[in-house]
Amino acid sequence: MVKVTYVQADGSETTVDGTPGDSVMATALANDVPGIVGECGGSMMCATCHCHIDPAWADKTGPRMDGEDDMLDCAVSEVTETSRLSCQVKLTPDMDGLRVILPEEQI
Amino acid sequence: MSALIEGHRPVADPGAIPTWDTDPYDPAVLADPHSWWADLRSRGDVVYIPRYEVLAVGRYDATRTTFSDHDNFVSSRGIGLNDFKLETPWRPPSIILEVDPPDHTRTRKVMSRALSPKVVKGLMDGFRATAERIVDAVIAKGRIEAVADLAEAFPVAVFPGAVGMTDVHPRHIVDYGSIVFNAVGPDNALRRAAMARAPEVAAWINAACARERLTDDGLGALVYGAADAGEITEAEAAMLVRSFLSAGVDTTVTGIGNALWCFAQNPGQWQALREDRSLVRPAFEEVLRHTSPVHTFARTANVDTAIAGHPVAEGTKVICCLGAANHDPAKWGDPDRFRIDRRPVGHMAFGAGIHGCVGQNIARGELDALLTVMAERIARIEPAGDAVWRPNNAIHSLDRLPLTLIPN
Repeated sequence: MVKVTYVQADGSETTVDGTPGDSVMATALANDVPGIVGECGGSMMCATCHCHIDPAWADKTGPRMDGEDDMLDCAVSEVTETSRLSCQVKLTPDMDGLRVILPEEQI
Repeated sequence: MSALIEGHRPVADPGAIPTWDTDPYDPAVLADPHSWWADLRSRGDVVYIPRYEVLAVGRYDATRTTFSDHDNFVSSRGIGLNDFKLETPWRPPSIILEVDPPDHTRTRKVMSRALSPKVVKGLMDGFRATAERIVDAVIAKGRIEAVADLAEAFPVAVFPGAVGMTDVHPRHIVDYGSIVFNAVGPDNALRRAAMARAPEVAAWINAACARERLTDDGLGALVYGAADAGEITEAEAAMLVRSFLSAGVDTTVTGIGNALWCFAQNPGQWQALREDRSLVRPAFEEVLRHTSPVHTFARTANVDTAIAGHPVAEGTKVICCLGAANHDPAKWGDPDRFRIDRRPVGHMAFGAGIHGCVGQNIARGELDALLTVMAERIARIEPAGDAVWRPNNAIHSLDRLPLTLIPN
């Protein structure tokens, strides 16, 4: 298990247990964490699982996937250097403690 | 090597896996698959079907895992019973549906961009205007045959225009999808009938994909633009435009027909939708889960691998019963109830993973426009005769849906 902390736009935090191999998006939905919609189910076809990775964790989560930029371009809230589609961030054992900041809006 | 069966390598009874002497493509099963799906799930994570020498999965976890494991269970060998590695397919394989990474990554990116949420947002005003025109016409009729009058009429009115087609053969663009989807089944009467019509319809479709037949401001032009930018070749662009037409019309026709069937069967849910229009999009997700417009696609084991711990030999075809997964009580609790507030995230109707439906945003946009206008203007949707399902080897679609529409 790896701990993942989701920080809502209002600053409130939820920490849940994630399973290596699962995505940050699926982990949020499985634990009823609000702020992530995941309309397309993880096929990188929407931008409703937009999140920001805490810069301290950016080297662990790695670069954006091929095609992710195009879809992030469709996100409703502001996209920055730290933006990712949370369906494309797969948990690994060395991500224990990962912090994910959620945008104000997804749709 | 022994003779092929249904165009794929014969697979002996694996022994440890339950064997089920059944025909998943029996027209009676295809017309009313629910009890067959329940039977499939009850037998195990994976079942051996000797009639076609294939494996089948229908429980949610096994179906999702197998269907999205593109490394072990590939699409390039065909998503039906024919193994493209061993037998020449009836048409040149799709370069997005029937292909694996890294080739898939390149074409998928072009199509994802052409069908992005942003592009669909730009189409919504037009969808809404067409929905108003068509809905007013069916309200004026009162008693309608909803497959022809709404389910076919709406996508035929908006989708070819969105692609940028300058001339439309309404029958061919609806039927091409059903031909392609019947072709993924066994050599049964449905497939033979599809193959008999294929030459005429496919010739029209292929010609319609040429650049000079398209406007310069549609989805097709976006794809040809990717060819200009060097991302794909011009020939590949034509192939991707063909994919719009195989995967984008009959599927949406099915989605609309199935949605209307759900609401005709569940008048309380129509009332709930009228009272809260923010449920239009979640309602369509529930229609997808409940009716699974694509009920079955196959994968091919490209290496010796496993499903739920059971060994699976290289070359084995695995039919993935998306409809069965979408009704697995272990996942959904009360799967047979149609509830528009369910929010069924993770349903398998659009597939999953890298091959998840690339057109899902435009499908959602079309349904959003049509259902919103209908909810605004139609008080009740009532059956006006028996709904008749149309058996297809991959699509769970209506043939006829007589309805009475009662306006506000």
